[in-house]
Amino acid sequence: MEASEELNRLRWRCTRRAMLEMDLLLGGFLERRFSSLTPEQAQAFVVLADMEDLELWPLITGKRECENAVQAEVVAMLRDVRVK
Amino acid sequence: MSKLTISVRKFDAVIVGAGGAGLRAAIQLSEAGLKTAVLSKVFPTRSHTVAAQGGVSASLGNSEEDHWHWHMYDTVKGSDWLGDQDAIEYMCRKAPEAVVELEHFGMPFDRTDEGKIYQRPFGGHMSNFGEKPVRRACAAADRTGHAMLHALYQRNVRANTQFFVEWMALDLIRDAEGHVLGIIALEMETGDIVAFHAKATIFATGGAGRIYYSSTNAFINTGDGLGMAARAGIALEDMEFWQFHPTGVAGAGVLITEGVRGEGGILRNSDNERFMERYAPNAKDLASRDVVSRAMVTEINEGRGCGPHKDFVLLDITHLDPATIMKRLPGIREISIQFAGIDPIKAPIPVVPTCHYQMGGVPTNYHGQVVNADGTTVPGFYAAGEVACASVHGANRLGTNSLLDLLVFGKASGDSVVESVKKNAVAHKDLPADFADQTLARLNRLNTQKSGASVNETRLEMQRTMQKHCGVFRFKDMLEEGVRKICEVEKAVRLTEIGDKSNTWNTARVEALELDNLIEVAKSTMVSAEARKESRGAHVRDDAPDTAANPNGRDDEKWLKHSLWHRETNTLSYKPVTLTPLSVESIALKTRAY
Ligand SMILES: Cc1cc2nc3c(=O)[nH]c(=O)nc-3n(C[C@H](O)[C@H](O)[C@H](O)COP(=O)(O)OP(=O)(O)OC[C@H]3O[C@@H](n4cnc5c(N)ncnc54)[C@H](O)[C@@H]3O)c2cc1C
Repeated sequence: MEASEELNRLRWRCTRRAMLEMDLLLGGFLERRFSSLTPEQAQAFVVLADMEDLELWPLITGKRECENAVQAEVVAMLRDVRVK
Repeated sequence: MSKLTISVRKFDAVIVGAGGAGLRAAIQLSEAGLKTAVLSKVFPTRSHTVAAQGGVSASLGNSEEDHWHWHMYDTVKGSDWLGDQDAIEYMCRKAPEAVVELEHFGMPFDRTDEGKIYQRPFGGHMSNFGEKPVRRACAAADRTGHAMLHALYQRNVRANTQFFVEWMALDLIRDAEGHVLGIIALEMETGDIVAFHAKATIFATGGAGRIYYSSTNAFINTGDGLGMAARAGIALEDMEFWQFHPTGVAGAGVLITEGVRGEGGILRNSDNERFMERYAPNAKDLASRDVVSRAMVTEINEGRGCGPHKDFVLLDITHLDPATIMKRLPGIREISIQFAGIDPIKAPIPVVPTCHYQMGGVPTNYHGQVVNADGTTVPGFYAAGEVACASVHGANRLGTNSLLDLLVFGKASGDSVVESVKKNAVAHKDLPADFADQTLARLNRLNTQKSGASVNETRLEMQRTMQKHCGVFRFKDMLEEGVRKICEVEKAVRLTEIGDKSNTWNTARVEALELDNLIEVAKSTMVSAEARKESRGAHVRDDAPDTAANPNGRDDEKWLKHSLWHRETNTLSYKPVTLTPLSVESIALKTRAY
């Protein structure tokens, strides 16, 4: 798959989620921040995007601990995406 | 997409949608041994049913005495008498069985000490025909929808249901005699166009809340089922009725629960005035949803909205003790920081009444069969869940009745299909020679469009038009202008242009195709709303006020009827409301008051 296709696939999975909250956060992140991530961070983001919304929300709100340092970095950036 | 070819696959039945309704229907088909394909734009457990937290209603009577007849009464009253009483009786009678069945599928309901399903109170649930509140809502913590989807999905895995994930259905296949013979769909990964030739087709595509600028619905709710049905000549029923929630975060739409006002939150306008004191001197900010929503819109329309466009009001909790906010409303602080960029401890939250649920849809009877405007059924076509209009919600849905709707009518539609396919063990009806022409023409148009309109901008224009002209509170001249405007937007939708013409994961194409569906929903809503010259349930018109002759502005003499919007001619016809239940006496017309 080409890079643009991979990105499109990721865009679909970030903007057609179960909950509006997650469409806004992940979609906004993809648009504004994704291109500046390191390869490790990008990979960590793909893993986050593959989670179900009710697994991901507690990570974002800090109710659950991240699995590793890179994931924690990306979650911190996600938290920082202002929708407005 | 260089050249468009189409392959054909055969199934006994195809279900479009793998949310609660689609998954419930699929269990019936797969367990009966039908070769069934279930298509979904996303992995099944990512369907929007996940967002439902409140619960599902059933008169189990586990905590105190309850009866399906009382539930029926509440539902008819909630619907402002526009709901069909045969379908409502059917749903309320079947509710306990539907919930217990779900429990057997492994749904982890909250329990009482004796191990029964725990039930909590919910707005509009009353015992003894409206006398006093009763505990009727069954929930699995605050993740009822999520737990429900997982239980239904697991059951389908057991029954070997065949899923087509990340496939988008594009159009219905309907022959000259009006029979539905399946669907045409796009596989997102390859761009392949495939016909699913089936003896029966069930639509379970969910809602269409994205027609509004401010919506609590996730992006996936683009009304695809409604668009496909309308293009195939099926009239859409009661599209003017949309439920709004008063406090969605302005711009984002994310829901702020009523609990915030319960804890002392105050709504303010641009003059910093607590305006609810004028509209509801006693209940103030805690007045019922529709009263609060209408007051907010009046403030905005009269120029007292906040922000650069004066298009929202403020929900203020800055006077509350931060400790209370942290303790009682923790989720709300996170949502507000995340989606309004505002810490509600320090500054008020911008909010607007926000579109939440679609009461209308594809007309069905209580067997889940789709019905024509003349009352005959459409051979081979079924629908259930938010896309369908049975009609159990009428002009206004009762909380927790939509999860019930999708369980009961998901199963009913599945049973109808099983009976029809098994009884008439006939071969597939032949596909007409031109079955894919319209779809392919639409795709070709999109691939070759030059100097066209941007999908994003056109969608936004549609959403703003709906929000401004056909929102919570409706005005004659605004609606008339709204009809003209939405027809203008429709012209732009017919000319959308996409930059990306590739085949694999072309999300630009998919979004353009979704917009083709959204516009049908938006137009049917605007046209139906403009025509209905009364106030009823969620449809409230300024020129149909509360009078002695017509309490709440409801006019049963002229308007106790369902709207049917016909796409081809952009006209409306009407059909009577079924006031006769299946076994009990009709619930007589009355003013809806709580
Ligand atoms: C925030 C929120 C809270 C809610 N809370 C409650 C509650 O507490 N209680 C209650 O009763 N109701 C609640 N509701 C309403 C209720 O959740 C929905 O009405 C219900 O879940 C809809 O279920 P469904 O099966 O009809 O559709 P969905 O669950 O939306 O599923 C639709 C399915 O169709 C698929 N699909 C759509 N278009 C296509 C296409 N073109 N091709 C292929 N697949 C397609 C999707 O991928 C998805 O699988 C709430 C709604 C919201 C927004």
